[in-house]
Parts: sequence; structure tokens; C-alpha cells
Amino acid sequence: MSLLFVIAGLLAIAGALGLVLATQPVHQVLATVLNFIGLAVLYLSLQAELLAVVQIIVYGGAVMVLFLFVIALLSATKELERTEQKGLPVQRIAGFSIGGAMLLMLALVGLVGGLEYDTAFPAVATEFGEVGHFGWALFTTHVFPFEVLAFILMVAVIGVVILVGRQKA
Amino acid sequence: MPAASMNAYVALAAILFSLGGIGVLVRRSPLAMLMSVEIMLNAANLLFITFSRVHGNLDGQVMAFIVITVAAAEVAIGLAIIVLLFRRRQRADVDEIAELKH
Repeated sequence: MSLLFVIAGLLAIAGALGLVLATQPVHQVLATVLNFIGLAVLYLSLQAELLAVVQIIVYGGAVMVLFLFVIALLSATKELERTEQKGLPVQRIAGFSIGGAMLLMLALVGLVGGLEYDTAFPAVATEFGEVGHFGWALFTTHVFPFEVLAFILMVAVIGVVILVGRQKA
Repeated sequence: MPAASMNAYVALAAILFSLGGIGVLVRRSPLAMLMSVEIMLNAANLLFITFSRVHGNLDGQVMAFIVITVAAAEVAIGLAIIVLLFRRRQRADVDEIAELKH
């Protein structure tokens, strides 16, 4: 386990913890961006070059800026913070214990599961996951899902415009 | 070569998924819940990319690409719904939005 994995993994975990524990909405967004940056480093270590860049541009950039815009739009009334103040203790305890049990179970399975098999990474060609290689796979073998994605994005845009476009028609 | 063994990547993805799940269960603002769901999707993406590398096959990376795109669309729609919610009532607590239950 190299230093790169430890640092990037701790960055990702710290971001997720920050999201769970922070009370200010803006701090939550920044913690999530930290998580995404750590994950992008891990993608790069797995030879997923295009996805690492897409992760930073689309998630760290576009999606999180969208969240910030909505927070800026809504928190003019200062209501976002007050929502989190009065949490039911029973609910919090139940949430943390159920989530903690899930964490323990999944992490145990991830750590010790499949140890009877060969869990080492096999060697692959150095050009595996390069942008050209990935683009070739995307535009030849998987061109139909790619077209469906374009349709999904169009539906999302139309849906957003229908939902919040005209305020009082 | 990847920076750690396969089990380390799988365990990290499991930890991130569980932390996202805790966020969904514990937080009550819809914005924080949406961000927690994003973290869960990203944990799944990490698994897709890890096993794509293990098998030396790009299908997993294409699947992760699809998940990223669908998540972006989902965030756009989800935030639109949250904005509508805030317009209708001055505060958004997911426990108070129970009209469909009765």
C-alpha cells in the first residue's frame, strides 16, 4: 500500500466525514469537493485518465457549483442552518448505529473477502485507459449507451425548465 | 501499477459508501442528503474502475462514465425540486414533507 493511496484515501474519507459532520451548507460542499479530488487521484492511480479529469471538471466543478448556487439562492433567509439544529436524538442515534453497522460489515467484506483468490492487479498494457483507448471503446462498442446519455441529459434540461423555469405563468 | 492491493480499494469504496449512507440517514436537509447520495454513487464508481483495471477491460470505465452523467442529470432535477420546495414553504425539513403519506 503506497503513500499515494493512503493520502488520497484519507482525503476521500475526510471529505465524506466532513459532509456528515459539518453544519454549514457551504462547508458541506467544500468537504464533498475534497472527497471528489481524493477520488480523482485514485482513478488516476487505476489508469482511468479521462475519468479522473471528468471527475474534477464535472463533479468538482459543475455539480458542486450548482449546489453552491442553490445554497446562495436559498440561504438568503438563513433557514438552511436552522434546519439542522434541532435534530431528534433518537433519529440520529438510529442513523449512526445502522450506518456504523453497515460500515463495519462492508469494510470487513472488502478487506478479507475473496482472499482465497488472487487479488493482485494483473499487468496490462501501458496504453490501457488512455483517452484515445477509452474514446475508441466509447464510440464503437458502447455507442448506443452514449446516445442514450445524450437523451437523458436533454430530458434533464427540459425537466428543470418545466419545474422552475416559469414562476407564475 | 495501482497504488495498493485490490482489497484496499474495495474496502475504501465500502467505507465511502457507508459514510454516504450515514449522511442520508442522519442529515435532515435535502441538500446534504443529495450530496451524500453523490458520495455513495462515487464509491460505486470507484469499484467499477477498480474492477475494470483488474480485468483489463474498459467496460467498467464506460459504466462509471454513464453513472457520472446520470448523476449530473439527477442533481439538476433534485436541486430544481428542492428550490420548488423552498418556494412553497419557507424551510425544508425532510421530516415535514409528508403530504403523500396521508
